[in-house]
Amino acid sequence: MALDPVQVTDPTATARHATTERRTARFILTGIALVFLALFLVLPLVSVFVEAFRKGPSEYFAAFSEPDAQAAIRLTLLVASIAVPLNVVFGVVAAWAIAKFEFKGKAFLTTLIDLPFSVSPVISGLVYVLLFTSQSALGPWLKSHGIEILFAVPGIVLATMFVTFPFVARELIPLMQEQGTTDEEAALSLGANGWQTFWHVTLPNIKWGLLYGVLLCNARAMGEFGAVSVVSGHIRGLTNTMPLHVEILYNEYNFVAAFAVASLLALLALVTLVLKTLLELRYGAELRAVGGH
Amino acid sequence: MDVRVSGVRKEFDRFPALHDVSLDINSGELIALLGPSGSGKTTLLRLIAGLETPTEGKVFFGDEDASLKSVQERNVGFVFQHYALFRHMTVIDNVGFGLKVRPGSSRPSKDEIRRRSSELLDFVQLSGLEKRYPAQLSGGQRQRVALARAMAIEPRVLLLDEPFGALDAKVRKELRRWLREIHDKTKHTTVFVTHDQDEALELADRVVVMSQGRIEQIGTPDEVYDRPNSPFVYSFIGESSSIEVQVKNGELWLDGQALSISSDRPDGEGLLYFRPHDVDLIEDSNGGIAGTVVASRRVGATRRIELRIAGVTDHVEIEIPADHPATETSRIAFRPKHWRVFPKS
Repeated sequence: MALDPVQVTDPTATARHATTERRTARFILTGIALVFLALFLVLPLVSVFVEAFRKGPSEYFAAFSEPDAQAAIRLTLLVASIAVPLNVVFGVVAAWAIAKFEFKGKAFLTTLIDLPFSVSPVISGLVYVLLFTSQSALGPWLKSHGIEILFAVPGIVLATMFVTFPFVARELIPLMQEQGTTDEEAALSLGANGWQTFWHVTLPNIKWGLLYGVLLCNARAMGEFGAVSVVSGHIRGLTNTMPLHVEILYNEYNFVAAFAVASLLALLALVTLVLKTLLELRYGAELRAVGGH
Repeated sequence: MDVRVSGVRKEFDRFPALHDVSLDINSGELIALLGPSGSGKTTLLRLIAGLETPTEGKVFFGDEDASLKSVQERNVGFVFQHYALFRHMTVIDNVGFGLKVRPGSSRPSKDEIRRRSSELLDFVQLSGLEKRYPAQLSGGQRQRVALARAMAIEPRVLLLDEPFGALDAKVRKELRRWLREIHDKTKHTTVFVTHDQDEALELADRVVVMSQGRIEQIGTPDEVYDRPNSPFVYSFIGESSSIEVQVKNGELWLDGQALSISSDRPDGEGLLYFRPHDVDLIEDSNGGIAGTVVASRRVGATRRIELRIAGVTDHVEIEIPADHPATETSRIAFRPKHWRVFPKS
């Protein structure tokens, strides 16, 4: 081992110098990001739980035994269980059409899917009020047939669906576009019909992206406030979802109960985040595998 | 199964990809569609498969008009350039897919599907890899799985779209020979698309040379190489050199000199095409084409020189023996052994 000592030490010295500088910059940048995160994200989240437990666990759990709270939780679960599956179906169909076919008005359809993202949720709610109110064109017909949409569960479901519509489609369109149509063509050439091709080839190719979209869609469906608030009518025990229930309790200075229900929503957010991270790990590997083909 | 393409035209958004193409493929034949990118060869293959529908014209499988049949009904085995294996299925499930999706009455039992799939994997020399996923295979192995999958449905025609295009040179050559062996054993009517002339000439019974949406020439590898019928085929397949000449009374003239090369073309301007390696070197005084050496390169066993010839704009390449004494600025005269004269376009 007759190595020239100058050759050995020289590059390490410059390398150490280079990393030291970079490390300082990195510490400062990371520090700023962490402080920002702590102030604006972690602190509020912690304070929700602190407030909820201010008067001890018994008060905390008492908030959930209240019939109105239970009704709100049930309604939120009901709305999500209707809106999310429907959005999955529409989202997959829309993404399939946009990613796999060429047709006129495709760009317009893509923009339309984004509409709920660009419109304020309050406006989304108001649109339904205008559509279904007794002064509207549809109103008298609905009334004569005894169909209640506004200030009832159907209205809440509709508003939630509108607001959450882009989640699944937005997630799938780029994924499906990247995957192209050769896998489908291969399946068709092997004799598979349209449904078999979708079920055995397309769906497995998009399943992680789809699951990811469903998670985000569900979180939003359960947490939506603005649009739902406009169409709900705030009838206690009937048309109050969890976010609306939190607002009512808060306005009545019932802080412990308000924060207790809010903590449930916060927990949902945390679970979603954890699942999302896990999926990203898995889904990222999948995407890399696709790219490596 | 005979396949007949009859007067097919295809447009994409009014952009013509194929103009009035007709082609007869005989049963059991291995045919290459050869052409540069954009020549329409892949479009023609996809039209035969039913993955595209012709704007005009028909495709016949045997005597039956297949034009109106869907890709599923045509029962063709299609192999894609980038394999298009189902990445979430194991190798054996990929091969069995075409049997699994058959309607109830014609679907073999699970055991039967498994048995036939592993037989095919054996046939493409991949037994032992049944449980692997496509991502765990090399490119060459993936393409062999794709071929086994296409053969599993007992196709009437095998269609391969640049099957070796994504593989490195060594694997390409191996697979090329292997595909020829497979074809000799199974006698499937096979059409493959390629832009690689070596592949087409080595592998195919007949080569279809395409350019700009038209068929330029159809023939055996010998025919298209030895008797190209257009300047395009001359320059696309093998090496070629060309010289602008005058035709007068069945003789070629260049810069006021008779070249003592005959032609049956009518008088006028013409382009003389020949292979650079297919020339006789002659004494300067005896006619032929004479020029000054401007560049000389050693290429394998021979030496390739560029000649500046009076009356010719571009330099002309020919091949001479590696030990020929000619150096730069030497005068050299030659006469092509085989040639063709095409009208100047």
